[in-house]
Amino acid sequence: MSKNVKTSHGLGLSAKNKIGNIIAHVVIVTMCFIWVLPFVGILLESFRMETTMQVGYLIPKDFGIGNYIALFEKTNFAKWYTNTLIVGIFVSIIQTFTVLCVSYTLSRMRFKGRRFLMNMMLVLGMFPGFITVIVLYNILSDLNMTGVNAVPGLILLYTASSGMGYYVAKGFFDTISKSLDEAARIDGASRAQVMFTIILPLAKPIVIYTILTAFMAPWGDFMTAAYIAHNTSEGMNVAVGIQNMIGSQMSLNAHYTHFCAAGVLVAIPITILFFALQKYYVEGVTGGAVKG
Amino acid sequence: MKKLTTAEYSTLNIVQKLLYNIWRFLCAIPTTAISIGKGAWNGIAGFFKGLGFEVVDTINTFRKGDWKTRVSFFIMGFGNISRGQILRGIMLLLFQIGYVVYMILPDLDGLPGGFSGGLYRLKKFTTLGDVVPGEQYDPILDTYIRVDGDNSFDILLYGILTILLCFVFVFLWRVNVKQNKIAQELLAKGKKLPKAKDDIKNLLDGQFHKTLLSLPLIGITCFTVLPIIFMIFVAFTNYGGKYDGYSNLFTWVGLDNFKELFNMGGSDSNLANAFGRILGWTMVWAVLATFTNYFLGILVAMLINKKGVKLKKLWRGILVLTIAIPQFVSLLYVSKLFAANGLVNSFLMNMGWTDAAIDFWGTPEIGRVLVVIINIWIGIPYLMLMATGILMNIPADMYESAKIDGASGFQQFTKITLPYMMFVTGPYLLTSFIGNINNFNVMFLLTGGSIPNPELSTSGGSATDYDLLITWIYSMVTGVTSNYKLSAVIAIMIFVVVATLSVIVYNVMPSTRNEEDFQ
Repeated sequence: MSKNVKTSHGLGLSAKNKIGNIIAHVVIVTMCFIWVLPFVGILLESFRMETTMQVGYLIPKDFGIGNYIALFEKTNFAKWYTNTLIVGIFVSIIQTFTVLCVSYTLSRMRFKGRRFLMNMMLVLGMFPGFITVIVLYNILSDLNMTGVNAVPGLILLYTASSGMGYYVAKGFFDTISKSLDEAARIDGASRAQVMFTIILPLAKPIVIYTILTAFMAPWGDFMTAAYIAHNTSEGMNVAVGIQNMIGSQMSLNAHYTHFCAAGVLVAIPITILFFALQKYYVEGVTGGAVKG
Repeated sequence: MKKLTTAEYSTLNIVQKLLYNIWRFLCAIPTTAISIGKGAWNGIAGFFKGLGFEVVDTINTFRKGDWKTRVSFFIMGFGNISRGQILRGIMLLLFQIGYVVYMILPDLDGLPGGFSGGLYRLKKFTTLGDVVPGEQYDPILDTYIRVDGDNSFDILLYGILTILLCFVFVFLWRVNVKQNKIAQELLAKGKKLPKAKDDIKNLLDGQFHKTLLSLPLIGITCFTVLPIIFMIFVAFTNYGGKYDGYSNLFTWVGLDNFKELFNMGGSDSNLANAFGRILGWTMVWAVLATFTNYFLGILVAMLINKKGVKLKKLWRGILVLTIAIPQFVSLLYVSKLFAANGLVNSFLMNMGWTDAAIDFWGTPEIGRVLVVIINIWIGIPYLMLMATGILMNIPADMYESAKIDGASGFQQFTKITLPYMMFVTGPYLLTSFIGNINNFNVMFLLTGGSIPNPELSTSGGSATDYDLLITWIYSMVTGVTSNYKLSAVIAIMIFVVVATLSVIVYNVMPSTRNEEDFQ
């Protein structure tokens, strides 16, 4: 008897849970559908052969890879792509170096002027950085690093001030116990030895996070890259080149499916890289938010 | 309303807490202002006190110094070299030689590869140049050739550099004097002076922070500090940016640009109006974008975290796809989806819901809502990732005891989840709000190329109804009528807005985190 009551009670609960779960699943699946739709769309349209213009239907009537071929034959896409790749690789190396230097120092060392430095960087970060691109353009053009030679210019520009983005990494170093340093110092290790042999090996997640974000950022930068490239096709990165492709209605009609193909080609490597290293990215995002 | 005790405070709900904090902040404004004033005064007084000490110490060093020290006052590094610290001495000496040579160079800009000296530049700096280009008879070529006049841009830029260099010189000179004093004291006590080898060792140990910070700080100085100083100065000039093809001159105009912006005289009467409207939309946008993303992101994270939901990783993965794919690809594509002949319109027409294509981007009322919605689409995955991590950190027993007390799901959300999230992510909310004020990518890639609103057209060029301050600046700087002075003024205004907000938020949401909590 008592067993029966329990079961019916349990059934009631589980029925309620079931309905809740079904609703949750419906909502989630609908959301995922909405989220994925544009990407499916861009993929399908990149294979559309009948016209390069925008059309009112999603599924191409004539499949083919003509858009991808045209991308390399008719536009400067290969150049933009390599430009961005080179910038991305160099920026990820140099930026990781500077960010680690700054965040490690600010997190684990106490010295005169440390507070001042941190406040200074906070205040500098509040100034809309884009405006200074006028000056930077002039400095870079004195160094002959604009237009056709925009690639080294962009590398310099992205990395020079990258030390200001130390927050996430500093938050990570803050969580490593200081007793490690102290023990090593008592054993006679210098500060440099402590950093390179003890703390950095523990910092793998944050190193990977920094590399990943540093590599991805140049792919999405439009503002600065457009200004430095200065209408020179050879010096553009993918964002600028692709935006130019569909910037006006005329070029939009001529290049819409090419744009889709370009989008797919840009998205593939970044997505693969991202998902391979997702674990570290999530750690960085969560940790960064918590520690500010 | 009196000041609450900690126990009383903890009984308030999240809204009451917020209101309480805002009220406390408003009450505290007079005292805060006084304390900021005091702090500033102390800072200034402290600065001059320190300066006074340095001056007195320098004079004393000279009076008590031996002849090596005294010579070092004029030849930097002499004391170091004569006492055996060769490396330090040579570096100081080389710097001094370089500095003096640079300062006294005459005007060589006209020569190929020529470079003008510091004193000449500083003299030009006061007017930003006055020589218009002219023509000069060249007897060899037997023709008139163009002679470039002054270039105000270069004068301003190198003038600032020269001023910075002078500060560096004074600082290093003082270091040089101090080193002599220290060396004298050490020798008097019969100790040895550190040699170059010791210096290098020290840079990897006691002074390791200097080694680590030197390169990044040089980069920040050259590519952030210097340009920002330059642009702040530009706000006080009449630099239009568009060379008339004749002269490269602009000059100081004091506060004229600011007066124009606040409608206190000036040629452009519409500017104040346009600025007000664009600032208003920027703030509305930033509030909407930040909070819709924040709350919806948390909700989505909780939904996927819900017990009984299957394939959690797959759902998360699908949402995270939006982060992985570069924003400019997805945003540009989505923007074209809503074009007049885009997919959305043809879908609506095929379904028979509308007769004619809706001009989404051409109708600001619809377009603005659309921008916020698309921003949710872009932003939710990010928040979801973050919230998922944080939600897992909430102690489960808090929910257990709430359940035992009979709290409903909604109550658990408002009493436990939200306060915890707010507590932990307070600083993030502020940064993301500031990020949205300056959210160039979303606005430009979605609505770039929209038709400008004539009511917003100013001497800074045209603007659309979607323009945030940052995109407005962008079109000012890159547009046909490059208006650098105005863009610099508006950048300063953005800075003022953001700095004020930060001060307020940090006071309303007392940041309780302690950076050494975990060390």
